[in-house]
Amino acid sequence: MIDFDVVIIGGGPAGMAAALSAIKQDVSVLLIERDKRLGGVLQQCVHNGFGLHYFNEELTGTEYAERFEQSVLSSSVKVMLDSFVIDIKADKTLTVMSAEEGIVHISAKSIVLAMGCRERPAGAIAIAGDRPCGVWTAGFAQKLCNIKGKLVGKRIVILGSGDIGLIMARRMTYSGAKVLMVCEIMPYSGGLKRNIVQCLEDNDIPLYLSTTITDIVGKKRVEGVHIAQVDSKMNVIESTKRYIECDSVLLSIGLIPENELIRDIGVEMSRITQGAVVDETRQTSISGIYSCGNVLHVHDLVDNVSREGELAGYHAALYAKSSEPLGNKKYKVIASEGVRYALPQLINAENIVGDGSGTVKLFFRVGGVYSNSAVVVKCEGREILRRPKPVFSPGEMESVVLKTKDITGDIYIGIENLPHN
Amino acid sequence: MKYDVIIIGGGVIGCSILRRLSLTNQRVLLLEKGSDVAVGASRANSGIVHAGYDAEVGTLKARLNVKGAAMFMDLHRQLEFPYVNTGSLVLANKEGLNGLYGLLNKGIINGVPDLKLLSRKELLDIEPNIADDIAFGLYAPTAGIVSPYELTVCLAENAIVNGATVNTDEEVVFIKKNADTYSVKTNRCAYSCTVLINCAGAGAADIDKLAGEKVPRMTYKRGDYYVLDESEYTKYRHPCFPLPNSNGKGILVTPTADGNILVGPTSIKVADGYCTGIGSEGLKQIRENSSKIVKGLDFRKVIRVFAGVRSGIGDDFVIESGMNPDYIKVEGINSPGLSASPAIAEYVVDELMLASSVNVVYKDDVMVYKRKPLARELPEDELHDLIKEHSEFSKVVCRCEKITEGDLDAVLNSPLPPKTLDAVKRRARAGMGRCQGGFCTLRLMELLAERYGVSIDDVTKSGEGSNVILCDIYNDPHMV
Repeated sequence: MIDFDVVIIGGGPAGMAAALSAIKQDVSVLLIERDKRLGGVLQQCVHNGFGLHYFNEELTGTEYAERFEQSVLSSSVKVMLDSFVIDIKADKTLTVMSAEEGIVHISAKSIVLAMGCRERPAGAIAIAGDRPCGVWTAGFAQKLCNIKGKLVGKRIVILGSGDIGLIMARRMTYSGAKVLMVCEIMPYSGGLKRNIVQCLEDNDIPLYLSTTITDIVGKKRVEGVHIAQVDSKMNVIESTKRYIECDSVLLSIGLIPENELIRDIGVEMSRITQGAVVDETRQTSISGIYSCGNVLHVHDLVDNVSREGELAGYHAALYAKSSEPLGNKKYKVIASEGVRYALPQLINAENIVGDGSGTVKLFFRVGGVYSNSAVVVKCEGREILRRPKPVFSPGEMESVVLKTKDITGDIYIGIENLPHN
Repeated sequence: MKYDVIIIGGGVIGCSILRRLSLTNQRVLLLEKGSDVAVGASRANSGIVHAGYDAEVGTLKARLNVKGAAMFMDLHRQLEFPYVNTGSLVLANKEGLNGLYGLLNKGIINGVPDLKLLSRKELLDIEPNIADDIAFGLYAPTAGIVSPYELTVCLAENAIVNGATVNTDEEVVFIKKNADTYSVKTNRCAYSCTVLINCAGAGAADIDKLAGEKVPRMTYKRGDYYVLDESEYTKYRHPCFPLPNSNGKGILVTPTADGNILVGPTSIKVADGYCTGIGSEGLKQIRENSSKIVKGLDFRKVIRVFAGVRSGIGDDFVIESGMNPDYIKVEGINSPGLSASPAIAEYVVDELMLASSVNVVYKDDVMVYKRKPLARELPEDELHDLIKEHSEFSKVVCRCEKITEGDLDAVLNSPLPPKTLDAVKRRARAGMGRCQGGFCTLRLMELLAERYGVSIDDVTKSGEGSNVILCDIYNDPHMV
């Protein structure tokens, strides 16, 4: 058994930030990564738009990852590459399979979960029709394109308007393929506004809302798809059905946190985020186990992932040093009208930790498009924050900063329509 | 090239007969037009070894099903394909008691051992998530679950180590009956043989026509299925059927030998044996009907949908010598063909072939090919030692199923090495988990390309015409 103060699982942006932040607290830190290199999915993100908030400059995903990678490798964080965590136990022991060392048992004082997320595959939405070659997740097409210089197709229909789909619409176009359209079953896009403008509008790629692929045609290879509009109950409107000839379908239909590793150890999970339920320190329901980044909830911006990693890493290090759990009493953060989820879901009642500046930042996503509305936060019947905004949309993660002194009980966060003037 | 026996069709039936013949003095060749064995009905079915109460009394189906089911455990012990003798349940509400008695009586006449009617209380002890209005059940302890494609691959591999030949990507295009041989031509080669066995499944009628035999009228029914994530696996312990109706066994819920939950099939008439496109109406039917027998099914946990076609001729199997006793028809093998497969092979080799011109004699020495266990199946200390020796066994390629590079090396160097991504998936489960290959496909492509000394551009999903990569950005003149 090898002992470490803090063990971080996953060497993507969340894990690297957590490791760097923990190591500053003079604890021993182990970062475990299954790939042969740190960086996670950023390694295949050659587009720009990263780092605007964190570094105040615009970087590509690979550049962003490299800055963190350099810092980690020049720090005293112990990095295990090519290493796969097989098992975690609630007592914070881990079983790791590593190319160099075989099976290793590691005991940690605290653990930071930073395993990221995966793409929802075609099977999850059960598209009817044939099952030929040519139906891929956008992320797979991205990896093949950006790392191998190969394209999965030349005439492409994208289903789902998540950010990776939008990014790939642009990337495939720049690489010489024809992206015919992006179909989105919801009446709004799931991606960032900036991506819709820069990736679709600037390249004249149409975005069809309330539209889906009803079935795929092609025995060996995709030959085409039928698309159709859906009504407000998601039923296909048969009269709108039409055939689109294409050779590939890329899917950008959602991301799922990869929490299988902790499925059996009793961490309380949120059905909405599919990540752990955490307090403002990103501690889960098991003391000393923290969660951050896309394994906790799916982010739009890597900058926020890094910040969350730092937060979790910092508190994991403090926990490892003191091993004193925070008080048991926690206030709940409750998503009400219009808000799909807010995170953290809990705030420590006895000693609100916050972010050190007397504030607690709440992240949230809305459940639909709300224009001319305000986000309103209430505590014990009092309104403690109100912020109007022209548009709230589900594709953009929002945040509000609460003063710790205002938090005296459960918090309700909701969207209110503002009266038209 | 001259063979004693040529089998056309590499489904579970063709491979069962191949394996049995490989244990004899016969020189035998199997021709399969797909790029792998088990690419037709044998890969897309319920994966259930039925006990045999369902088949009509006095039919080949009844006789061979009951016998086949009894042979499975031995075959599993010899060859180690995934098979679990779970037993099965037919579930009925209180109006369905007579229907269950009907099945029970039929089962007893068919010779199904140990059938038992259970009350709701008894059912709940062994199957906790039955629907609330289920009152009775018929328990058939000899039923089980099997991975139909792994069984088929395993049979082919074992036939090969015993001297049989399996040629995939070879479609029979010409057959000529000579004085005492057959000439068989494929898209690639010409062969001759003494005995020809038609196991072509959906293509059986086409082969009969080429051979100048009587051509049967075939019917085709498509079955759509949902596959649920392994996290649902523990919810249901047995294949659970509703009472059968005129359209077949109805929509069932079953654990699979691979550790998922399967819900389906529908039964929809289609034009030919290759109409495997899924219908959205079929999926709806599954969602609505499955809740009649069990509760708690979570369709948000769906990881895949698929469909298979059951090709039939009349109501029974057609297993007989043709106009020429050296031509053997094994046709219309729809359900319970998988369950009957070991018995079908025995019937063909030990009985029908007696009338043929070859003299079948079993060999004394039989080779058994056992696949290496997957890294994830090894005890920790053994895995540790293995990794120390071969670090590839620590490199997880498919993280959903925890399949390592070492596992894949073994599969890629097996007696019937996979040529396509789908074939790798059927042997090693890589790409079969909840991410459906999102993470591992590229690495699998690289490993396949290395194995065959080709570029990743040449790697296909399921054979010719299904290349993953359509163009190289830097070498395609049409690209920017």
